[in-house]
Amino acid sequence: MLELRGIDTFYGRSQVLFGMELEVGTGQVASLMGRNGMGKTTTVRTIMGLVRPAAGSVRFDGRELTEQPAYRIAQLGLGLVPEGRQIFPNLTVRENLVATASKGQGSEPWTLPRVYHLFPRLEERQRSMGDQLSGGEQQMLAIGRALMTNPRLLILDEATEGLAPLIRAEIWHCLADLKATGQSILVIDKNITALAEICDRHYIVEKGHLVWTGNSDELRADEEIQHRYLGI
Amino acid sequence: MDRRQILVAVIGLALFALVPPLAGIFDQPFYVDMFARIMIFAIAAVSLDLILGYGGMVSFGHAAYIGVGAYAVGILSYYGIDNGFVQFPVAIAAAALIALVFGLMSLRTTGVYFIMITLAFAQMLYFLGISLEEFGGDDGMPAYRSEFAGLIDLTDADQFYYLVFAFLVAALVVTHRLIHSRFGAVVRGAKANERRMQAMGFPTYRYKLAAFTIAGTMCGIAGALFANWNEFVSPDAMHWTRSGEIMIMVIMGGMGTLIGPVLGATGLLLLEEYLPEWMEALIAGTGEHWMVVMGPILIAIVLFGRGGIYALFARRGGDDG
Repeated sequence: MLELRGIDTFYGRSQVLFGMELEVGTGQVASLMGRNGMGKTTTVRTIMGLVRPAAGSVRFDGRELTEQPAYRIAQLGLGLVPEGRQIFPNLTVRENLVATASKGQGSEPWTLPRVYHLFPRLEERQRSMGDQLSGGEQQMLAIGRALMTNPRLLILDEATEGLAPLIRAEIWHCLADLKATGQSILVIDKNITALAEICDRHYIVEKGHLVWTGNSDELRADEEIQHRYLGI
Repeated sequence: MDRRQILVAVIGLALFALVPPLAGIFDQPFYVDMFARIMIFAIAAVSLDLILGYGGMVSFGHAAYIGVGAYAVGILSYYGIDNGFVQFPVAIAAAALIALVFGLMSLRTTGVYFIMITLAFAQMLYFLGISLEEFGGDDGMPAYRSEFAGLIDLTDADQFYYLVFAFLVAALVVTHRLIHSRFGAVVRGAKANERRMQAMGFPTYRYKLAAFTIAGTMCGIAGALFANWNEFVSPDAMHWTRSGEIMIMVIMGGMGTLIGPVLGATGLLLLEEYLPEWMEALIAGTGEHWMVVMGPILIAIVLFGRGGIYALFARRGGDDG
């Protein structure tokens, strides 16, 4: 479904990604791991067209994304839950969800009631402005907002960062539910235990290079990898 | 919009509606004229707030559309076409077209560049007006009041007043509906975080262009009304200081609120009217230097009155309405 090949991305004159590779199949959940500053978010920004790679290709369902404007990429079915959540502070919860929604195909498209069912808290706060929410509520809203675009691939960038353990657990639970519905997901996170449980495949970046990829069993087995690249 | 905000809006509009009968009772027809002018600028300020307050587009050339609307009426009147059913649609179409063209180019820039380019476009029209010798050039030209096939008589001060009032109410209703539509939510979202909105799949440029064009069109109506009020059209209507005045009305009244710009227009124009009198009464001879006091008042409002006059009435400023 999503395929990155040989991506080189620069910020100004400094190169951040060196031949980055990544693949997410339909219905798959993949993780992207690595320490801070290794190029995870840059990879996501390259996928979403928010930065342009100097070389390489990003293909989504066989279609090349690197030449497309950001809004077209999103329209093709990539939904991003960005790092730092980036809720629209001047819109209400309901407006945040509805403003950017798009109609979904398939048997069970995401609708306002379905998102409220997933996160009942959002329904209670639907008239509050985006900047009046707690961190956990904002995260739920960011996920709900992405789901309302009915993405074919959902990308979560540090979705559990800075959240209380209980709320984290709730988010992981929700991701497992999403996976069960056949949603394709790319997750960026640091919680190896949770990732190993939910993901089919893992990618580890180090200084802009893809240094390791494998499935959950291989990840669990290889303590050296965990130690060397993830600092555990 | 909570109850309190609705209350401010309804009371405010009711007060406007009561001006002609009150002026009649006290035999002060001057106030009908003055408040008609206030409402005309309120329409312009509401339209600017749509893009400035809600859309984050700091257009410093909004008076251009007042000029376009006014000249549409003036030029048609010059050629003997006084029919308002022709003049107003032409004024609206002309303002929409100009706003679309200006928006197409200026919205490719942001920040200071956007401010400067909108200012430049407006000044371009200003100097175009000066160079139009046929239409009075620098001196401007007289315009007759529009005729509406005997349905409304604009030479009657009260009828003219209520026509302007109707346009103001319409502008407020349209703006309210737009802001709370999905379209409005996208425009407001783009103000807060444009890249995020694009990453959500929205070509924000088109949405902003649509908002910019709607605002210009609405302001064109204010221009057509202004030509009628003034019975005169001149390039002064679109001088950059006029754009600044409209912007001050919005900021003073409360950016990003529905009623704020109306309060701002009222406050600014009343101060302009009465400040010299008050100063003269206080210390003789100071009246003509009223701007010395006006400046600090505006600065104080911007510095201390976050949310503008509107915030004094409603609980909070910011994006509601």
